[in-house]
This record gives sequence, C-alpha cells and structure tokens, in this order.
Amino acid sequence: MNALLISPIIIPLLAALLALLAWHWRQVQRLIALAATSVHLVCGASLLSAVAEHGIQSTQMGNWPAPFGITIVADQFSAIMVFLAGFMGLAVVCYSIASIDRGRESFGYYPFLLILLMGVCGAFLTGDLFNLYVWFEVMLMASFVLLALGGGRDQMEGAIKYVTLNLVSSAFFLAGAGILYGLAGTLNMADLAVKLRSTTQYELVTAVGMLFFIAFGIKAAAFPLFFWLPASYHTPPVAISAIFSGLLTKVGVYSLIRTFTLLFAGDAGYTHNLILVIAGLTMVTGVLGAVAQYDFRRLLAFHIVSQIGYLLMGLGLLTAAALAGAVYFMIHVIISKAALFLVSGIVYRYAGSYDLKKLGGFSESHPWLAILFIIPALSLAGIPPLSGFFAKLALIQAGLQIEQYAIVAAALAVSILTLFSMTKIWAEVFWKEPPDASKSDTPRGAPAPLAAALLFGPIALMAAVIVIIGIGAESVFALAARAAEQLMDPAEYVQAVLGARP
Amino acid sequence: MEPVLAIVVGVLYAAAFYLMLRRSIVKLIIGLVLLGNAANLLIFTAAGLTRGSPPLVPLDQTRPLGPIADPLPQALILTAIVIGFGVLAFAMVLVYRTYQTTGTDDIDQITATDK
Repeated sequence: MNALLISPIIIPLLAALLALLAWHWRQVQRLIALAATSVHLVCGASLLSAVAEHGIQSTQMGNWPAPFGITIVADQFSAIMVFLAGFMGLAVVCYSIASIDRGRESFGYYPFLLILLMGVCGAFLTGDLFNLYVWFEVMLMASFVLLALGGGRDQMEGAIKYVTLNLVSSAFFLAGAGILYGLAGTLNMADLAVKLRSTTQYELVTAVGMLFFIAFGIKAAAFPLFFWLPASYHTPPVAISAIFSGLLTKVGVYSLIRTFTLLFAGDAGYTHNLILVIAGLTMVTGVLGAVAQYDFRRLLAFHIVSQIGYLLMGLGLLTAAALAGAVYFMIHVIISKAALFLVSGIVYRYAGSYDLKKLGGFSESHPWLAILFIIPALSLAGIPPLSGFFAKLALIQAGLQIEQYAIVAAALAVSILTLFSMTKIWAEVFWKEPPDASKSDTPRGAPAPLAAALLFGPIALMAAVIVIIGIGAESVFALAARAAEQLMDPAEYVQAVLGARP
Repeated sequence: MEPVLAIVVGVLYAAAFYLMLRRSIVKLIIGLVLLGNAANLLIFTAAGLTRGSPPLVPLDQTRPLGPIADPLPQALILTAIVIGFGVLAFAMVLVYRTYQTTGTDDIDQITATDK
C-alpha cells in the first residue's frame, strides 16, 4: 500500500532524473517521458480503485508517527485528482512529442514536465501544510522554466508576471502557515483540523484562513487576482498551455477546497459567503473578458478563469451535493479545457495563426478537427448529454436547494455567455470562409501519420471521455459524491491520518 | 523582543510592497527578496521566542529539562530560505534575459502580452 501511495511522486521523479541523464538523446527522453506517464496513469488508476474500495489511505514518511512526521494521504478527492494528473500527463507528453520544437526538447522540456507532474501529485497527496508549500514551490519552479523556455519576447514578459504573482502568493502562504503554527503548534492537516475545532481564537483562525484564501486564490486565478493568467498562459507552446490550464490552477482550487473544508470551516457563515461572492465575480469577469478577445488562446485563457468560478461556487455553497458537483466539475473542466487548448494548437499548426480573424474554413478542410473542437466546446458551455451539462446541473441544483439564487442566476448567465464565446470560435475558425491565404503566416502541411496520431489521439481520447462521463454520469457522480462526503465529514480523514486517537 | 521583531516584520513588508510597486524591474526583484524575508521572520516571531535555552537533551536524560526553544519553525525557515534562494536565482536570470530581449527595465514597457 505504502508504495502505491507514493508512486505518483516517485515515478515522475525517477523518470525526470533518467531524462536528465539522457540529456543529449532526445528520442530516449521522449521514450522515458512516455513510459513514465503511462506507468503514472496506471498507478493513479490503481490508487483510485484502492481508495474507492478500502477508504482513505495514508502512510507516514520516515515512519515518524502522525503529527510529527510528514503524512502522505489519499482520500477520494486526492485520488481522483492524481488520476487526472496522470491522464493529462500522458496526453500532453504524446502531444508534445509531435509538437514541441527541437530547441525546447534539447533544453530539458521533458524533465521539467515530469517534475511539474511530481509537484502537482505531491500537492494532491500531502497531509502536511508546510509540505504542501514545498510541493507548490516544486511545481512552480518547473512551471517557471516551462513558461520561459524558448525565450521569445512574449514568453519572457508573460513569465515575469507569472513569476512575480506566484512568488507573492507563496509569501502569503508561508506567512499563513507560520501564524497557524504559532496558533496551533502543528502543521499536520488532520491534527490542525482537530485543534482548530476546539480553539477559542475564532477571529485569528478566520484571519489566517483569509491569508490562505489570498494565497490559493492567486494560484487558482480567482477574482480579483486572476490577471496574471490571461497575461501569461497564451505565450508558451500550446502543449504547455494545455497542461497548465488542466492542472496548475486546479491545484490552487484543490488546496482551497482542502483547507476550507478541513481547517477553516468553523466560521462558514463569513468565509464561505465570501467565497460565494468571489465565485460569482470570477465567473462573470472571466467570461466577459473572453467575449472581448479575438485570439484563440487568450479567449480560452479567460474561460479558465470563468470556470474556476464554478469550482469555487461548489466550495462556497458547502453542502455535500455542491461539493460533489464541484468534484465532478473538476473532472469535466480539466479534460475539456485541455482538449480545447490542444485543438487550438492543431489549428495553429495548419493555419499559422491564433488570430480568429485570420482563420476560417476549417469545417470543410478539416472536418474531424471540427468534431474534436465542438465536443469539448459544447461540454464547456453545458449542453446535454456532455459532461459539462451534468456538472453545471449538479451545482445549480445544489444552489437551489439552499436558496442561493444570486449565484445560480450568475452561473446560468455565464453558461449562456460561454456558449456565445464557443459559437464565436466555431463561426470564425470553422464556418467562415477562409481569408486570403497570402495574409496568414507560414502554414505547414499535414503532419506525418505517426505525428498526426500523436496530435489527434489525445484529443480524440479526451473527447471520448467527455462523452462517456456525460452519458455514464451516474457512476462518475457516485465517485464524486463519495469524495464530497469525505470532504464534508473530516472525521474519516483525521482517523486515517492520526489512527485511533480521539 | 517580540514587539521589536513585529515592527521589523511590518517594515519589511511595507518596504517589499513599496519596491514592488516601483516601475524598475530590479526593484521588483529586491521587493520579492524582502517579501520572502519578511515572511520568514514572521514565522520565527509567530512561533514564539524562547531565549537562551537551545533544544538540547543533556547526555544522561531522555527529555530536555524545562522549556526549550521550538526547533521546528527554524527548520521551516531554513527550508523556505533554501527555496527562496533557488527561486531568486531563477528570477534574476529571468530578469536579465527579459532585459536583453526587450531592451528595457521599465515594467510599464512590458506590455506585449496585454495587447
């Protein structure tokens, strides 16, 4: 059991080291990355089934008993996230092999991608607040390098903004962790959950909670701290944008959900109503930002922000049904969003531009690509029977149950605007007559069969998953409901980490 | 001692945010350094100060005699310093490369990604 729990951290680490040793052999690095992410996915799947079958799993690093050592713990939510990280890792490595240029590959693209995966999985699995900070830094360092690798003007400028905002966020996180340690004398999350519930200093705990809310809010790109995301996510190659959009902001949301169900749930009337307001504003500003955009990837980047709002809505409502909706939404949005980014990369490959005004005619010239676009796009807007519909339905039902009509209205309105945005891309890129070929940059011909399989394969798989978890929503939703149940009642989590102690 | 440190932490935070709001990219980096240091000192202060009793167990004992300084915050700070050092090294190279690419150190000129 022990090995399975830490495997999502160890496998990418070992693979990254091996890939560094194979610095001069790009083919070997590709194979290592492919093999490692495949094994990672299998481990994620077995962790998911182990947790579903036997409940929350935990292990103590270095065999130090629980509040003293570092605990690695996987509840249903963590296991789902680790599995998704494995899935995204494999998909993006496949896509990268066919799309990342030689220069980036020779300067450590794959090792950093693997380290990024390690950091992300570490953040999902750790049961210790300071350890979470360390995993955040591991993940950020890898993402800094991936973002800046290549060194064009856009990338450098995007990286400056991204690095600055994330360092500020880390400083807030560190300050919060320090004060919390001074308050409770522990940083083990299960131990903190017990101690914070019996504390008398509610105001101080809420204040520290707000520090964490700012720190994770920056990473999750929540209103009003989202502006670094549309300024940086469209600058690197599209494979990197895809994995960033799929995993990085979601780690922020994961941490918010984890801390605000486990640690800072004591003053829910104040904190979670604030989260709800922020959720609504995040949704609305994100989607309004997207409406104004005419760059394929910038438009998608603003939609990342808007979708974060839905995830926060699930947390803000703080009922089992709402959290189940948020977990299901997380599964849906990670896959849909990444698929859309990957499609934009293929469009760029054919037409040499991300500018919607310069694109056109893709439904005739590349009908398969049109189908691969329309499935995640409609899913993102929430059209049945795709995954996005059930995700939004669950959140909206949860909102109606506890009579939070304002956020429900916002969620519905934003859905319509999302549909409008997706229709805009559809009309501009796929339906419109292609503009003069002479105006566009250098278009490239069709990729070789193997490259085409590596480019289209991941997107086709993601589109299939979107349809399958839409049609078979019930079984996925049961998993999400189980995760939400564990999040709502921390007793099981505490029991799994601290053992039989009261 | 705590009030003095509390004031120092406050001054460090203020200086850090002041520098980060300036237009020069070098001052931005100095601001980030101060911000990290302010957070480290905050951890140190918030965890409580115990003077003159290091966390050592006498040779013939199994537990320390009397109250001792808590070693954990210092371990946390040490980790944070090391991480901060790595990140800072990266940030300085990034700033230098940005300066080479864009030819300016004025943050107001770095707007290519906002258009």
